[in-house]
Amino acid sequence: MMRDITLGQYYQTDSVLHRLDPRVKIVGTLVYIVSLFAAKNVTSYLVATTFLAIMIIISRVPFSFIVRGMKTIVFILLITVLFNLLLTPGIPAYTIWKITISYEGIRSAAYTAVRLTFLILGSSLMTLTTTPNNLTDGLESLMKPLKVFRVPVHEIAMMMSIALRFIPILMEETDKIMKAQLSRGADFESGGLIKRARNLIPLLVPLFVSAFRRANDLAMAMEARCYHGGEGRTKMKPLIYKSRDIAAYILIVIYFLLLLTAQKYGFKLIRS
Amino acid sequence: MSIICDHLNYIYSKGTSDEIHALRDVSFKIDDGEFVGLIGHTGSGKSTLVQHLNGLLRATSGHIYYNGEDIYDRDYDMRSLRGKVGLVFQYPEHQLFEETVFKDVCFGPKNLGLSQRDAELRSFAALKSVKLPDEYFDVSPFDLSGGQKRRAAIAGVLAMKPEVLVLDEPTAGLDPEGRDDILGLLRDLHEKENITIILVSHSMEDIADYAKRLIVMEKGSIFMDGRPKDIFMNIPELESIGLAAPQVTYIMRELEKRGFGVDVTATTIDEAADSIVRAVMRNSII
Repeated sequence: MMRDITLGQYYQTDSVLHRLDPRVKIVGTLVYIVSLFAAKNVTSYLVATTFLAIMIIISRVPFSFIVRGMKTIVFILLITVLFNLLLTPGIPAYTIWKITISYEGIRSAAYTAVRLTFLILGSSLMTLTTTPNNLTDGLESLMKPLKVFRVPVHEIAMMMSIALRFIPILMEETDKIMKAQLSRGADFESGGLIKRARNLIPLLVPLFVSAFRRANDLAMAMEARCYHGGEGRTKMKPLIYKSRDIAAYILIVIYFLLLLTAQKYGFKLIRS
Repeated sequence: MSIICDHLNYIYSKGTSDEIHALRDVSFKIDDGEFVGLIGHTGSGKSTLVQHLNGLLRATSGHIYYNGEDIYDRDYDMRSLRGKVGLVFQYPEHQLFEETVFKDVCFGPKNLGLSQRDAELRSFAALKSVKLPDEYFDVSPFDLSGGQKRRAAIAGVLAMKPEVLVLDEPTAGLDPEGRDDILGLLRDLHEKENITIILVSHSMEDIADYAKRLIVMEKGSIFMDGRPKDIFMNIPELESIGLAAPQVTYIMRELEKRGFGVDVTATTIDEAADSIVRAVMRNSII
């Protein structure tokens, strides 16, 4: 049920990807996402697929575990595909009753589906191989130049790390409250949409109360330890680039160039 | 009328790398009107076990029979089971959600399909039995103190009139007075209304005072099952799994070792006091 959401979760194991500097992984993920939008033909998608497949293999995270995170977005994926399929104008391929599906529609639906899937897989691979602490450290370090523009970089990073930290806690809490209310005869499964939404009240109210209570406790604990933002704060484990990180950057650049080449000279599904 | 667990096994996250065998071949029978204490170290499977008793978790293998019926039968009515086996979770006050205490207590009985009137009558009786003063009935549950919230939440389960009441550490985080109130309430329910009680606890003293039977769990299996007196005689075994006997039992053993001639099987303070008084009287006569 709720446990199936692996988005933003960390998977404990030892691999090259796990050991990489978080900044490399963040930049790599961003480049990968950009490359997905740059890719517009089959060959370039093949390059993107190969890259992702290699990354998944060397991450040593079980594929079934990564895919579990996809379950939650299946619905969004279906809607997007459907809209693309039905609402893209172009040369008609099939006509059923009044609905016309164009070749362009099929093409863009297929690309969007692949794009979204890879996007989620790629970014969940980043969170699966990086602890939340490391991830925010990396973000903070990458966003440092923005400080010039008075962007509260440290605060943003802190908020992110707290938010990430709270996902599993609130998940567990939801499970607990759900069970407690089920024990009191609550029903979360039957009835129409409105009835179901109403039935969620016994779950949502305690969940919000508990989230506020936890936030309050955390604020207290931080204040008790004299937390006052990022001013003059040093790190126990500062991020330092190692040779493998440099190598990874080079690989990312090579991948991107390869994809662009494929994009330019590769085979296209439909000439357009 | 009984609960029978027959070779229960339960595995968390089966088929993944973090597979946990939480229950291993657990079998027992609890008869009507028993007061059972369930103890074990953290992670021994107590909480997992009690969640099976009202069907919240489904055993990976094995069967549970409630009053002779298999609760895993396809046409078994789980919701009515949840009315009969009331489960009070740890920190039950976290489940409160309604605008007033009274409405919150009515939630359970209403889910059982009772009329508004019947639900209210039961809720009133339940709130009375947990001794929550009348002036709090129409107050928001979030304005109560910790101990009062706990009582209101327990009333929420009692209002469903369960035949079996299972409580997972109902006294955690309460002051001594609040603890005695809750445990006293359980004793009353057990003695006057003949409700079967299953009490999960970390406190050997509470268990020794109230439970008539003790089930000790360790690593998902039943380690010992018997009268508290007999179980607390095996101090080395209990200590080997991170538990202990009640403190008075240790004192009695120490006294016996020094030749006072007291009853080493005493597990409650009252018993110990009696035995010490008798020993002192005997010694002073000689």
